[in-house]
Amino acid sequence: MSLKNRSRITVFFLSLLVWFALTDITNLQEVILGIIIAIFVALIAGHFLITTEKRKHIFKRIGYALLYIIKFLWEIIKANVHVAYLVVHPKVPINPGIVKIKTKLTKESAMTILANSITLTPGTLTVDINLEKQELYIHCIDVHSKKIEDNTKDIGNRFEKILMEVFE
Amino acid sequence: MIREIIGFGLIYIGVVFDFFGVLGLIRLPDVYNRLQAATKSVTFGTGGILLGIFVLQGFNNFGFKAILGIIFIFLASPTAAHAISHASHRSNIKLDEKTVVDQYAEDNENK
Repeated sequence: MSLKNRSRITVFFLSLLVWFALTDITNLQEVILGIIIAIFVALIAGHFLITTEKRKHIFKRIGYALLYIIKFLWEIIKANVHVAYLVVHPKVPINPGIVKIKTKLTKESAMTILANSITLTPGTLTVDINLEKQELYIHCIDVHSKKIEDNTKDIGNRFEKILMEVFE
Repeated sequence: MIREIIGFGLIYIGVVFDFFGVLGLIRLPDVYNRLQAATKSVTFGTGGILLGIFVLQGFNNFGFKAILGIIFIFLASPTAAHAISHASHRSNIKLDEKTVVDQYAEDNENK
């Protein structure tokens, strides 16, 4: 079976699962409608989910993904307390700027997750990604340093190691 | 009883952080800083409200819809912030006077 078809079948069953979670499984009409919609979803967008043949260490990767979610939630809480402090402070003590960081990640999906995580964590917002050069442009609310190496260490490395384990 | 305390607690925390997000939207200077407040606090706040609804409702249709809502907000909010900040930088919207460095503009001029 080709990679695309395997990906489509996985998407079909996942979307069917979500449909059953949302609707009444004992109602035959809902079940039939769910199957039809899941087929449409799998045909239109199914081939994006699985893109590599590699299936080794699946449990290790799931473990790292869970670790990532926990770390991500902790960073989000820190980010929110930080923003709340900045906003309530009478002088609004900010020091904004756009800096560049480098990343070792190569896959598009991993880069997207990294960029989204950076946006949701303390004082940083991803403005643009350069896929070929593996660079991200980050808007910082509080710039400490203008050197690329320092900023890479401060911003990117928090998530990069775990994401490397999950995606590559 | 305990379920109601946790659920309403989460909803109140969410509302408080949503309030901070709105306050940041008013008080911070330029587009980019305002986006920072809008993405972080509002994502967390709305996520907290939806999680509170999930705790109150449990594993039924409402609860699952709340969980799905959380996942979609966490995916969509950073993406929207990225699109808005990228677009405003491309259409030459100035950064605030306090800004110390803009390496993105430096790199684009060199191209």
